[in-house]
Amino acid sequence: MPPAAGFATKRLGKELQKIHNSLPPGIDLVSAENFEEWFLDIRVLDSNPLYKDQTYRLKFKFSSSYPIEPPEVVFVKLPDRPIPIHPHIYSNGIICLDLLGQQGWSPVQNVESVCMSLQSMLTGNTKDERPPGDEDFVRANRLRPKDIDFFYHDNNV
Amino acid sequence: MDSDDDFMSAVSSEDDVLPDDSENEDMSDAEDFDFDDEPDPDLGMSKDFGVKKKVPFDINFKVFHPSDIQKQQDDLINEVNMILDISKEEAAILLRHFRWNKERLLEDSMDKQRQVFEAAGLAQTSAGPPRLETIPGFVCDICCEEGEGLQSFAIKCGHRYCVDCYRHYLSQKIRGEGEAARIQCPADGCNLIIDSRSLDLLVMPELTGRYHELLNRTYVEDKDTLKWCPAPDCQNAIECGVKKKELDKVVPTVACDCGHRFCFGCILNDHQPAPCELVKKWLKKCADDSETANWISANTKECPKCNSTIEKNGGCNHMTCRKCKHEFCWMCMGLWSEHGTSWYSCNRFEEKSGTEARDAQARSRVSLERYLHYYNRYANHEQSARLDKNIYQKTETKMVQLQKESGMSWIEVQYLNSASQALQTCRQTLMWTYAFAFYLARNNLTEIFEDNQKDLEMAVEALSGMFEKNVTELSDPKLKVEIMDKTAYCNKRRIILLEDTAANLAEGRWTFNVELTSGAAASSSHRR
Repeated sequence: MPPAAGFATKRLGKELQKIHNSLPPGIDLVSAENFEEWFLDIRVLDSNPLYKDQTYRLKFKFSSSYPIEPPEVVFVKLPDRPIPIHPHIYSNGIICLDLLGQQGWSPVQNVESVCMSLQSMLTGNTKDERPPGDEDFVRANRLRPKDIDFFYHDNNV
Repeated sequence: MDSDDDFMSAVSSEDDVLPDDSENEDMSDAEDFDFDDEPDPDLGMSKDFGVKKKVPFDINFKVFHPSDIQKQQDDLINEVNMILDISKEEAAILLRHFRWNKERLLEDSMDKQRQVFEAAGLAQTSAGPPRLETIPGFVCDICCEEGEGLQSFAIKCGHRYCVDCYRHYLSQKIRGEGEAARIQCPADGCNLIIDSRSLDLLVMPELTGRYHELLNRTYVEDKDTLKWCPAPDCQNAIECGVKKKELDKVVPTVACDCGHRFCFGCILNDHQPAPCELVKKWLKKCADDSETANWISANTKECPKCNSTIEKNGGCNHMTCRKCKHEFCWMCMGLWSEHGTSWYSCNRFEEKSGTEARDAQARSRVSLERYLHYYNRYANHEQSARLDKNIYQKTETKMVQLQKESGMSWIEVQYLNSASQALQTCRQTLMWTYAFAFYLARNNLTEIFEDNQKDLEMAVEALSGMFEKNVTELSDPKLKVEIMDKTAYCNKRRIILLEDTAANLAEGRWTFNVELTSGAAASSSHRR
């Protein structure tokens, strides 16, 4: 039984309404012109030197099964929007985070909660490094993030 | 496979157990099984009709049909349900958590029920049966819907969502992810498992079918002693007590009621007498090397100094090895410097350096030739077995024809069927004897093995020859007797060979020229 058309739209409409009203500090909506692709900016609020004075751009892609299925979330690179350095973020913007995978995702999560999780993932990081095998992965990967079988090997970072 | 038929009848009906002794292929000797944590299985297997002679390479196993699998699960669930005084659905969740080890489940639950329930994803409290509710003021956290009459559902954790979202969620899990036994509450971080009764209440009937199928599957997949029969469309499972660490001592071949014979250790087709690890090595080697090795053998030579393989792709005979810069003559393999002024025409065959280089070359080619020797024979039996299978399909027509032309009865032409079966199994065995032999170090045992192999091979080829005769010749009673004798002889030779190899394997007497990782059979003498 595929979710009825409009299932995702309805929910996203409600989320958008809420986002327009208020968003937590450090999170800003850039554009949400349809119910397929949204862009948001996030900043780290404390003085973590790795991310100080930087803003990062996130792209959310929603399938028609959202929120039963997780959205596809990646960082995008622009002249003034780098890809944050983090042992779980590849230099092409792909994020290895269990809550974005089918196993870790819960339909109760939403765009806002994902942004907050990423914010805190950055805040808590002290390692100035990319994931192991970043270069090879970035060069060879042709898969969409949701088709990559990440192995969540490290829950501490 | 006649003995399989015995086996099947023994499984399906409990009473008429009179094993006929006509054609013992002896693979499925049904004896008393002794599995650790099983309630005595319902099949009438445990009566002692293990009157057949036990052969050392036989292992104990049992075939389970889908209904048996279901019944076993139900029995275990009922038992836990009664002892622990929890619902059947909860008992099932607990059992799956403990991989159907009932003893451990009961022991742990008595000691520390709280932790056990939590780890298994069960709620502590027991509530009534699952039901849909309409609660005033309820807002669904998934779709953010609210409103009068919005039906909602929650399992015991109390995380409540509307029925629509729950359905989407479950169908995504079942259909999209093939999940069944461990579907958790949709709430973030809630580990409670959704039980089958709640699920049946929520989803469409066509999905519950799939769900229960997936649940059933986990029963077999959770238990180390159970494996699915890998034959296409076969729904049976096989139970066998051989453990992974024993695989260097025994080749656990089992035969499903569907007729498929496979190795319980690695699920590949029957590969007696070679142990699983050698089979794996051999298949990998064949996949990697065979074509390459043939080509190398035909088209290349090796550098006389560093043994790099070199293909001459045109040009003169003056070779300079890319690797070690050794300069030599392609024709005589001798040093190029000794060619002096007679460049580009090699007439120096008698020279010492050339002779030595060619000898060295010959020696290093031996290993390649050795591999090809075994591979070609292995591949030949594989192909012949396929051809025999084609013939087997024609056998039936032959038998009918024979019945008509010679006036023999159905039972009287069965010898052709037996002969065809014998050919199949014997070729399968022969095929793997060559892979096995490839890894054997030379010693007396190996010689005995090769004698056995030769005997079986000759018998099989002879039978194969007789089997191909046309119907008029086949109806000759003399030939019939010959075929029957030869069939029996083939089967006997095969058993002798397998007995010998299995016994030596069990006692770790073989010396292999490769290291077997799992222990005792590892060799100390590397011959090459």
